[in-house]
Order: sequence, then structure tokens, then C-alpha cells
Amino acid sequence: MGNELAVEAIGLEKAYDRVRVLDGVDLEVARGSVLALLGPNGAGKTTTVRILATLGRPDAGQARVAGFDVVTERRQVRRRISLTGQYAALDELQTGEENLRMMGRLSGLSGAQARRRAGELLEQFDLAEAGRRTVATWSGGMRRRLDLAASLVGQPSVIFLDEPTTGLDLRSRQAVWQVVTGLTGSGVTIFLTTQYLEEADRLADRVAVLDGGRVVADGTSEALKRQVAGQRLDLVLADPPAFEDAAHLLGGRAVQRDPKRLTIGVATDGSAAHVRALLDEVDPTRGAVERFAVHSATLDDVFLALTGRPADRPETDENEHEKEPAGV
Amino acid sequence: MSELTASPTAAPRLSLRPRPLAALAGAVTMSGRSLRMARRNVDVLLTSLLLPVLIMLLFVYLFGGAIETGTRYVTYVVPGVVLLSAGFGAATTAVRVTTDMTGGIIDRFRSLDVAGASVLAGHVAASVVRNLASTVLVFGVAFLIGFRPSAGPLDWLAAAGILVLFILAISWLSAAFGLLARSPEAAGGFSFLVMFLPYPSSAFVPIDTMPSWLQGFAANQPVTPVIETLRGLLLGLPLGSSPWKAVAWCLSILVASVAVSGVLFRRRTT
Repeated sequence: MGNELAVEAIGLEKAYDRVRVLDGVDLEVARGSVLALLGPNGAGKTTTVRILATLGRPDAGQARVAGFDVVTERRQVRRRISLTGQYAALDELQTGEENLRMMGRLSGLSGAQARRRAGELLEQFDLAEAGRRTVATWSGGMRRRLDLAASLVGQPSVIFLDEPTTGLDLRSRQAVWQVVTGLTGSGVTIFLTTQYLEEADRLADRVAVLDGGRVVADGTSEALKRQVAGQRLDLVLADPPAFEDAAHLLGGRAVQRDPKRLTIGVATDGSAAHVRALLDEVDPTRGAVERFAVHSATLDDVFLALTGRPADRPETDENEHEKEPAGV
Repeated sequence: MSELTASPTAAPRLSLRPRPLAALAGAVTMSGRSLRMARRNVDVLLTSLLLPVLIMLLFVYLFGGAIETGTRYVTYVVPGVVLLSAGFGAATTAVRVTTDMTGGIIDRFRSLDVAGASVLAGHVAASVVRNLASTVLVFGVAFLIGFRPSAGPLDWLAAAGILVLFILAISWLSAAFGLLARSPEAAGGFSFLVMFLPYPSSAFVPIDTMPSWLQGFAANQPVTPVIETLRGLLLGLPLGSSPWKAVAWCLSILVASVAVSGVLFRRRTT
């Protein structure tokens, strides 16, 4: 506790039209670290970020960002944060440079300071060449970089990135990752949301998994992986009946099932003894399992184990509630 | 948690400016933004400049011959056209406000602690500048086709004053409408409403030529006293009570719109 926390939330609750989006979210982010809030669509990620960035009020609970209460000390918080949402917050009819200068002026820089800062950022984000063209002519990846640059104009100490790479191609995604990685170590705190496990794994010091409006797990990605199982044993069964038998036998112990490929994943510590015991248990007659492989657990496994569904198949029908707040 | 307050994460990147000063600075930046974007939006720019001129030419050359107003029609109609174009131009503020409110940028502005008043006032101020520019163009073309006002410098000043007040009122009103609309397309509808209002007024034909059931509305709707004031000032006609009525209408619309848009902005952003 104490002043080492850049973000601290206790029991955040929020409902839209009687639909409960947040159901008691607790979070702590140490100053200078990167937290990834991981969850499927509709889990409440955007709602959480909006509350922490002072754009939405919680129905219940408290949050402090950069040391100030997000409701009662909103202005103080706003002076220390920046928010980059899912949709580029840029004016297409302004040039990249004009967009940055405008943000500079709005965050209180003088005309000359804003100009200098805009120049620096364009240089830093490799956008100097395009800087004098209107954003309407820019590619999606360039816009995203400019959007990130715009969020840094006022030198915030806490940066919120709401799904910074959703909808980007691989190259642009890597460019964003580079930017985020480049920011770490400078004392800035980064709070990002993502649906991508790989992204959380790569960028974040700590990962909090949000599901159904609650944080269901919180820790380093290593610790989370350990929490589920250090390793996973994948068994490839010989035929569908063998698959059914094995699935039946393992029941809830199977962390992954793929009937098409006749594959079942089981948690293991990776030791020869444990793997052998599992094989004997599933396949006493030595005919049902064709092949096996041992993998390190991925965040996918963690996600599946924690939420009961794979990460990459978000429940889109819950989608609406999370996107709603912006327009209400 | 209370320790946090005593030692914030980082030094504030700027001292807290007093609220009104910050809001004013924000509004200036925002109006610069709005004007820059208006200049680059070529289609809209051309429409807002050419449409009034075309409407004037249409009335003067097409309908003008058939309309009896007691003076040369160009002289009669110019104040009406000026008002029509100013109102139409001001009403496009709604589209700009809705575009901001429905895009991602409003969140960025708010997380930068830009006051809602600054965002709206920026659009309104830009609207005043844009529409004064198009008004100058309309007057320019009017002179070319034979408009000869008898106004002295003070009359011109007063006319400009009432025009600015009218543009200001309609711009704020459309800003409020822009906060209500759910999409820029819906907000665009407001322009047509405002554009229609000058027709049942003394803008294009004298009110006593209208059917009697319409005369009551035409004589008492807000646009009529504004037009009568403009016409009176430019042509040296008796003004009567028009200026007071015009100012009262504009101020009421302005005050009500500012108040309503304040409430709407807050409701829309929390």
C-alpha cells in the first residue's frame, strides 16, 4: 500500500440499465509498472478504464489514480493521466502535427512548448515525414501511433490504453508494443486492457483477469500460469470412442478438449513420473493414446481454467453493454 | 490510501489554472481547431459559401420580377438572404458537435480536463467567424447585382451587432441540438429546420401578402424582428420595436441554449 501505488481500486461497481457490468472490481497497480487487464468482450474492461480515467462514475466503490480520488479529485487525476480509447481520438482534417499541438495546448503548454513537443513526438514515433499531411491520408497503423503520441503530449504519469492493438495488423501491433515497451522504465505507469493473451504476456509486469465484472485472477503471468499448472500434457487419442472414454475419465481435469483433433489437455508438473502415471490412468491397455506432447502452460490455459471458456471466442452478445457508456 | 494524497505520483505537469481561465484558453484552442477543419472540409465550405449566393440570385432573378415589395426586389431581399445563410451556416454547428460527441475525441478532451463549455464555445465561436465571412461574401455579390443600402457607419455597426447576436444564438441552439442527436446525420436535420424558418417571415415577401392564418405566425416568429431590424438599419427605414424584440428573442434563445447544453453535456458524459 502507500504511495507506491499508481492505481488503486476497491469494490468498483457499475450497472447500465440494470445490467451489472462491474461487480466489485479490486485492483492495485504499482507505480512505474505495466498492468494488463485481460478479459473477453463484455467483461467490463472499458467500463473499468473509463471510471479510472474519470470519465464514468462508479455506482459503488472507490478508486485513486496517481494519488487522487477519481470522483472527488477528478481534476487532479486528469492532470496526471492520459487515455487512449479503442477508437482513434484524432481529427482527420488536421495534420498530425496540428493534432499534437492542439493536445499540447489543451494540456496547458504554451504555443512554443506545444510546437516543440509535437516535433519531438513525431520524431520519436517515426511520423515526422507524414506530420504535415492531414490524418485522413494516413494508414490505420500510423493513426494508432499518432493516437499514442497524442496521449503522451502532456507527459502523464499514468497512461491508460484501452485495447491499443484491437483491429491492427501484425506490423502495427508490434509497433505499438515497441512504444509501450519503450515507455516502461521511465517511471510511467501503464494500464492497458486487452483481449490478447500474447499481448498481456509480452508487455505486462502483472496481469489481472477480468470476467463477469470481477477480477478473477491477478499476478505475474508466470504466477498465473503456475496457478493453473506448470505444464500441460496433450494426449492425441486414436479414435472418437477412445476420445470420449478419456474425456469421460478425466472430466474436469481436462483443461482443453478438441474433439476434431481428438486431443485432450491435462495439467501436469511435467515430471516423468506424473506423465507416466497419467498415461497409465487414461490408457491402461496401451492402445488409446497415439501420441503425446508436454507444453508449458500459456495464458490461454490460464484463461480457460479461470473463466471456463477459451479467450479467443469472446461472448459477443455481451458486447453492447461495454460499448454503451460513451453515448449515454 | 491517505498517504497517497500527500505525495502524488509525480509533480503536476502544470499548475492548476483557475477554472474560468483554463476554460477560456480551451475555447480559444478549440475554435482554432474548428476553423482549421472547416477550411479543409472543402465540400462543406463550398456549400456554405455558394448556397447563400445562389439563393440570392434565385430570388432576385427568378422570383424577383413577380414579387411586388414597393422597392427594387434586390434591396428588399438581401437582409433576408443574409439571415437565411447565417442561420443555415450556424445550424451546421449541430453536426460538428455531434461528430465530436459520438467519436473518440471527446473522451480524450475530457481526460485532458477540457471543460465541456470550452468544446461547445469553440464550435460556436468558429461558427460566428465562418458565418460572418460568408455574410461578407453575400453582401459583396449583392453590391455587384445592384444592392444599394443607405446605411451610415453606425447603422452598419448596429446591423453587424444584431447579426452576430443572431448567429451566436442559433449556433448555441444548434450546439444543444447536436448534444441531443445520436448521429451526425440526425444533427444535419436541424439545418433544414432553421433554413425553413425565414420563409414564413418578412424575409422574402411582405407579411401582408400571406394568408391571414399565417400572418400571425410570420409576424411573431423570432426571425421577423431580426430581419426587420437589419432591413431598417441598412435601408434607413423606421425601426419601431423590432430591435428590442430581436435582441430579446436572440438573448432568450442564447441563454436558454447555453443552460440546456450545459445540462445535456453533463448528462451525456457521465
